[in-house]
Amino acid sequence: MNANQDDAFTLGPLEAGPVCCDPQPVIQVKDLSLHYGDKIALDKVTLDIYKGCITALIGPSGCGKSSFLSAINRLTDLIPGCCVNGNIFVYDQDIHRSDSNVQELRRQIGMVFQKPTPFPLSIRRNIALPLNEHGIRKQAEVAAITEQVLRDVGLWAEVYDRLDTSALSLSGGQQQRLCFARALALNPQILLMDEPCSALDPIASGVVEDLICRLQGRYTIVIVTHNLAQARRIANYAALFWIKERAGQLVEFGRCQHIFESPSHELTAAYVNGVRG
Amino acid sequence: MRDNQQLHTVHRIRDRLAQCLIYSAVFLVGAVFIWILADLARGGIMHLSWEFITESPRDAGRAGGIASILISTLLILCVALIAAVPLAWSTAILLVECMPAASSFGKTVRFSLHVLAGVPSIVFGLFGNAFFSIYLGLGFSILSGGLTLACMLLPILTSTAEAGLRAVPDTYRLSASALGMTRTATLIHLILPAAAPALAAGLLLGIGRALAETAALLFTSGYVERMPGSLLDSGRALALHIFDLSMNVPGGDMPAYASALVLVTLLLCINILAMKLAYGLQRWRIMT
Ligand SMILES: Nc1ncnc2c1ncn2[C@@H]1O[C@H](COP(=O)(O)OP(=O)(O)O)[C@@H](O)[C@H]1O
Ligand SMILES: [Mg+2]
Repeated sequence: MNANQDDAFTLGPLEAGPVCCDPQPVIQVKDLSLHYGDKIALDKVTLDIYKGCITALIGPSGCGKSSFLSAINRLTDLIPGCCVNGNIFVYDQDIHRSDSNVQELRRQIGMVFQKPTPFPLSIRRNIALPLNEHGIRKQAEVAAITEQVLRDVGLWAEVYDRLDTSALSLSGGQQQRLCFARALALNPQILLMDEPCSALDPIASGVVEDLICRLQGRYTIVIVTHNLAQARRIANYAALFWIKERAGQLVEFGRCQHIFESPSHELTAAYVNGVRG
Repeated sequence: MRDNQQLHTVHRIRDRLAQCLIYSAVFLVGAVFIWILADLARGGIMHLSWEFITESPRDAGRAGGIASILISTLLILCVALIAAVPLAWSTAILLVECMPAASSFGKTVRFSLHVLAGVPSIVFGLFGNAFFSIYLGLGFSILSGGLTLACMLLPILTSTAEAGLRAVPDTYRLSASALGMTRTATLIHLILPAAAPALAAGLLLGIGRALAETAALLFTSGYVERMPGSLLDSGRALALHIFDLSMNVPGGDMPAYASALVLVTLLLCINILAMKLAYGLQRWRIMT
């Protein structure tokens, strides 16, 4: 084990991702409504997420962006009183069908939260535990995957000599990248990110943003962000959510350039120009 | 300028005062503990010897030691823990992991546990006597004493475990689920280890409660001081022995002091051990 390639990301340079010229829907959301008890968080949202692209979800707080993300990997199942209606197709499979395998769905769809959420275990074990759960138990294989994903997120050089120390001893930015690594280890095709940079300082946030750019093209990414400049920098598509009649709704969806430069909805124009929101 | 100076002085005096109060409270708590320990040591250390631990009592406890009493106490404790811990901890897991916090079932269970926790131990003793000793025909035995203690320990074990499990941040559950881990795996690999110190602390409290219990055992495990031959024999618990020596046996003060010293030392050791255990477990979890 050495870190001869120092900070080298194995994902290659930033430009490597393919351009999204031929939109192929990977996630199809049809008439999604989501309630917490009596409260309507999302009202009839219909949206396609395209393969290999970064889709940014923007909008004011409380308009249901996080709820939308958790509906995609059925994390909403864990919230008591949360009721989801409508259809979500991931690779043409209805995720709410009774015979669908939630564990496999969540392996396929990685998720990174706003606050870094490393487990209170060693760095090595943070990555090994989910792998073991998905049937990858051979030590050598787990070690190889661990090194691979830690290199992918640019953490290997920083931690290769202390893999057995607690993950909680890492800095916030490192913890967040460990969470990325943990998700990538399961070899997902889709990544959901809920404001992955907003709990980090500007430098760490920049590192994570670079990482997201490197992931572009290899993974289908849905990212919630409050940072419009960031959305503009990294996203291919953008969707604006808004609260109307006390329910979250999708206002406009389109190519990033279109949303930011020539929005067709006046709310979008006001929001991206910083007039409202 | 002068106002500032005055204000500064006032603040400093207030700080000092608060400091004094806090230190004296700490000192008081420490002093009470040390006083009790010193008093016990003064009265009992002369009587304490290796024979006292290894011999059975003679002449109603005035002579001989407490070996049979210690064995009985240990057996009663084991029976109580083996019966109560799985029940209490699985109840806590059910309440925290499988029920919404505000569910009426959870509320009902919690309410009954609170009531149970408030019931005086003599009532448990009478219940144990009526149910285990007479109705189930276990008689005056270590088994019926242990089971009675188990009922007494249920509330404290359940509520400490529940608090411990609830204190584990929800983010662990969410992020484990998001990684496709099952609930059972999350429980075993993340939640129980994270709650282990709390579980150990609750277990300790329970053991302390059980070791010190007198009234609940009076009518259930009885006060025969012979070495128990099986779980169906009667056996006298240490606390009961102390009570009997100091109340009913003239000239039993010295052995009572010595027995109390043994009991307190035992409690102290268990406390230290469990603290070390919880700490070690946490370290070990991080290392592997
Ligand atoms: N667990 C929950 N229970 C009840 N209401 C919730 C819960 N989570 C979110 N909400 C409500 O749903 C709405 C949408 O929340 P959220 O999806 O977190 O929005 P966003 O991420 O866009 O800020 C908010 O009004 C919020 O109060
Ligand atoms: Mg949110």
